[in-house]
Amino acid sequence: MTTKKEILKYAFIQTLPVLFGYLFMGIAFGILLEEAGYNFFWALFISLTVYSGSMQFVLIGMLGGGMGIIAMIVLTFSVQCRHIFYGLSFIEKFKAMGKRGWYMIFSLTDETYSLLCGMKIPEELDKKKVFFTVAVLDQSYWVIGCTLGGIMGSFIGFDTTGIDFAMTALFVVIFIEQWYGFHSRIPAIVGICCGTVSLIIFGAGGFILPALIGSVCLLLLLKNTIIKEEDSQEVCQ
Amino acid sequence: MSSGFITPFLVTMLVAGCTFAIRYMPFALFGGGKEVPPIITALGEMLPPAVIAILVVYCLKSVSLVTAPHGLPEFIAVGIVAILHIWKRNNLLSIGGGTLVYMVLVQMVF
Repeated sequence: MTTKKEILKYAFIQTLPVLFGYLFMGIAFGILLEEAGYNFFWALFISLTVYSGSMQFVLIGMLGGGMGIIAMIVLTFSVQCRHIFYGLSFIEKFKAMGKRGWYMIFSLTDETYSLLCGMKIPEELDKKKVFFTVAVLDQSYWVIGCTLGGIMGSFIGFDTTGIDFAMTALFVVIFIEQWYGFHSRIPAIVGICCGTVSLIIFGAGGFILPALIGSVCLLLLLKNTIIKEEDSQEVCQ
Repeated sequence: MSSGFITPFLVTMLVAGCTFAIRYMPFALFGGGKEVPPIITALGEMLPPAVIAILVVYCLKSVSLVTAPHGLPEFIAVGIVAILHIWKRNNLLSIGGGTLVYMVLVQMVF
């Protein structure tokens, strides 16, 4: 029999890289949210309910209203659509976890997904309990980071002008990771072109939706070329 | 600036609901061992790089090229994030370094 302590110890060591990443990005999110006029209760509330790095940063700009409901739904689905494919690897495993399976579905972020995919859990540990502990630890780092950032944001003494660039930097970093991880350059180039052209035509207020629709259409048109280039890609099982 | 309580609360719940719906979708659609339609798999593979590219444009949407400083701080900082990241592949270093440079640029240089 394994004890809870052993499972917690194993899960904690596995989640260490996520601990630092989530604390840092969470703090950045909390500070930005505080700067936008929402105190740390909002950071706590959002990190508990939405729990998604990239989407929470996009959400800051949506909170004040002004974006239509359809645009908000389409934007959320587009930013998050990759999550559809994360779940595919865990359908049977999460189903076997009962009520905890629902939390596993909710908490399947990019980082948790990559941990769950990559872990080689020792035979003597209960696999389901390790999965659940990893998921709970990851979200707790994120919630602590976001809330801390929100609290820090209201006490920071120095000039924070320009700190919002952290969000731009985050997306540039993800863009470079995708550039390396994806053989075909077409999707990235389609995104840059559709985004820029749509921004010029529709202006800063309403360019996202046309840019996304344009990208989906172009990608479907170019599908065969892209898939051919991607054939050697391996997908995490 | 903050705009009351109701609007941000509803927007958050909408985004939280959509996010859960997306994470739940594979379990609802393919839980019974059904095959995933090829067009969905294909879109799921191709869409992420395009969406992230659009989000980079989204972050820079308010930068004006015609008025001073002509987007220079943004382009320098994005360049530094890219160089740091291609060099070390360390998220914290790239994001932290780029943001710090940008803050110095907008506060002291431009």
